Amino acid sequence: MSSKVEAAISAKGKVLIGYLPVGFPSLEGSIEAAVALVESGVDILELGVPYTDPVMDGLVIQEATQVALANGFKLPHAIEAVKQITARVDIPVLLMTYFNPVIQYGVDKFASDLSEAGGAGLITPDLIPDEASEWLAAAEKYDLDRVFLAAPSSTDERLAQAVQNSRGFVYAVSTMGITGARQDVDVAAKSLVARLRNVGATHIGVGVGISNGTQVREVLNYGDGAIVGSALVKALNDGGLTALRSVAAELASGK
Amino acid sequence: MALRDELGPYFGEYGGRFVPESLIAALDELSAAYELAKLDPGFQQELTELHRTYTGRPSIITEVPRFAEHAGGARIFLKREDLNHTGSHKINNVLGQALLAKRLGKTRIIAETGAGQHGVASATAAALFGLECVVYMGEVDTVRQALNVARMRLLGATVIPVTTGSRTLKDAINEALRDWVANVDTTHYLLGTVAGPHPFPVMVRDFHKIIGEEARAQILEITGQLPTAVAACVGGGSNAIGIFHAFLDDPSVGLYGFEAAGRGVDTAEHAATITKGRPGVLHGARSYMLQDEDGQTIESHSISAGLDYPGVGPEHSWLNDIGRAHYRPITDAEAMDALRLLSRTEGIIPAIETAHGLAGALQLGKELGPEAIILVNNSGRGDKDMETAAKYFGILDGVAE
Repeated sequence: MSSKVEAAISAKGKVLIGYLPVGFPSLEGSIEAAVALVESGVDILELGVPYTDPVMDGLVIQEATQVALANGFKLPHAIEAVKQITARVDIPVLLMTYFNPVIQYGVDKFASDLSEAGGAGLITPDLIPDEASEWLAAAEKYDLDRVFLAAPSSTDERLAQAVQNSRGFVYAVSTMGITGARQDVDVAAKSLVARLRNVGATHIGVGVGISNGTQVREVLNYGDGAIVGSALVKALNDGGLTALRSVAAELASGK
Repeated sequence: MALRDELGPYFGEYGGRFVPESLIAALDELSAAYELAKLDPGFQQELTELHRTYTGRPSIITEVPRFAEHAGGARIFLKREDLNHTGSHKINNVLGQALLAKRLGKTRIIAETGAGQHGVASATAAALFGLECVVYMGEVDTVRQALNVARMRLLGATVIPVTTGSRTLKDAINEALRDWVANVDTTHYLLGTVAGPHPFPVMVRDFHKIIGEEARAQILEITGQLPTAVAACVGGGSNAIGIFHAFLDDPSVGLYGFEAAGRGVDTAEHAATITKGRPGVLHGARSYMLQDEDGQTIESHSISAGLDYPGVGPEHSWLNDIGRAHYRPITDAEAMDALRLLSRTEGIIPAIETAHGLAGALQLGKELGPEAIILVNNSGRGDKDMETAAKYFGILDGVAE
C-alpha cells in the first residue's frame, strides 16, 4: 500500500500540480493537453470531471467544463483519459470530481475502475471526511489516494480530521474564494499551511489563486505542492497547446 | 420517536452536508446560533412579535365551497399564506433567518430566488433590518418574473441575473453558494427552501411549521375534526413541509405534495423530482433529484418559476420513502386550470406554484368523496404571475394565446 502522489512529492521535494478538465476542448484534446503539461514541467496531474453544478469553480473552469458537457462528456471518458495519459507519461494522475457522479457510477466500482486505469486517487471538493465513509473504504480497498480540502475557516479539529483522512496530500484552499487566478496569492495560505503542519500534515498542496511562476515560488516556500487550475485552462482556451505549454513552463520555472 | 422530532442532519439516508470545507465553519456557526435561539425566549418573542405586527400572523383559513363543487363535494379550506406581507409563506423563514443573521453579526445577506417570492421576502427583511442584500436569480426567471425584480430593486436589493447553466433556480443557488464561499465572514446565505446542507432543511422547516400549527388548530375549531388530507405544492418543499409538519404524527391525516409535471412526466420537460427522480447529491444534501445516468443534473421545466427545480428537500424524500407523505405530479395545464377556477369561483388569484396544490386538491376531493375535509396551503398570491397568466389565457388586449 503506497501513495503514488506522496512518492512523487518525496522524490521531487517541491511539485507543481496542474489541473485541466477532461473533455475540453474534446476528449482527445484534453488528453493531448495533459501530456503537454507533463512535458512542460507539471509533476502531478489533477483531471477535472465536468459536472453540471460546479459550485467550487470560478467562471473560467465553469465555462470549459460546460463546453465538455455540451460536447458529450460521459463519466467513463474520465477513466479512459486517465488510462491513456498514464500509458504515455509516468506521473500520478488524480481525478478531481464533485461527488454525485461517483455515487451514481457506484463508489466501489468507480474506485475499482480508476485503480485499474492507473489513476492515483480522487480530490473531492464537495465531500468532507464526515460524509466520506463509503469512499474511504473503497480508497483503502483499491489503494487510492484521497485528497480532502482544508480552509482558513476550518477549526484545528477539522484540519486534523482532514489531515488524518487524506492520503497523497491535503489540499489547502489558499483564499476563502472559489477557483480563479488572482494577482496576489492570499497571505491566508501561509498561516493555513502552518496550522496544518501543527496537526501533523506532511504533504500539503496549496491551491486556488496561483497564476504565475513567482507565485509558485512563493507558495513552495511553505507548501509542498503548488496547484494551478484556472491559469492553465485559460491558456488552453485562449491559445491552445502552444499557449498551454508556455504558461506551464513559466509556472514550472517557479519550482 | 415522533416523526415531528426529527432534527437532522439526516432524515433516514437523506440530508447531510455535501459542501466545500470552506463552508463548514459557517454552517457550524449557524447551527450553534440556531440551537441557542431555539432555547432563547427572547428570540422566539421577537419573532412572534414580528409575525403579529409585520407579517400579519396568524393567517386566516378560508373555506372555498364554490371551488369545492368541482372536487366531488369535499369541503376544502385554504390556509391563506397569500395574505402574509410580501404575498407568500416565504416571509416566515426570512424573518427568522434575518434575526439570526443579526445575532451572528453579519451585515450582508444573499439569497437565491426562482419565482422571486423568496427574493422579495429577503429584500424586505434586509430593508427592515438595515442589511445589504444581493439576490441571485436565473436570467430566464428575471424575464418571466420581471415585476418581482422591480420589487426587489425598489426595496434596495441588488438583483444579479445568473447566466450560467439552465439560467433558473438551480443555477441561482450555485451562484449564491459561490458568493457565500467567497464572502462567508460578512455574509449570511438566506436559503429559501428546505433543501441545502444541514442546518437549512431543519431550520427552514422550523420557521415554516407555524403554518400547520395554526391551521391544525383553526380547522379543529371550525370543523371539530382533523382534515382528511393536507395538500401543498412542492418545489424545494418549504410551504409543504410547513403545513405538513404539525400533522406528521396524526396518522389519519393524509399528506399530499404536488410536484410540477410541466408538459407531462413522460416528456423531458417537467420538475417532478420525487415522481421521476432518484436519490443523489445536489446543493449540499442527499435527496431525490432529476439526473442522468452519470449523475449530471437534468434541467427541469415548469410554467411556475418557483417549482422549476430538479431537487427537493431531504425530509420530503424521507417522508416519501417511509410512506408518510405522497407525492404526485400536476401538469402546467392542470395547474393553470385550477388557477383560473379558484379565481372565478372564489375571487382569490393564487400563485402558479400554489395552483399545483389546488389542482391536486381537486383530484383528492374526487377520490376521497364528499365526507372529506381537505386543507390546502394557499402559499402565495398570483399578482406576480399576471403576465404569464395573461399570455397563457390570451386575456390581454392584443395578446394572442
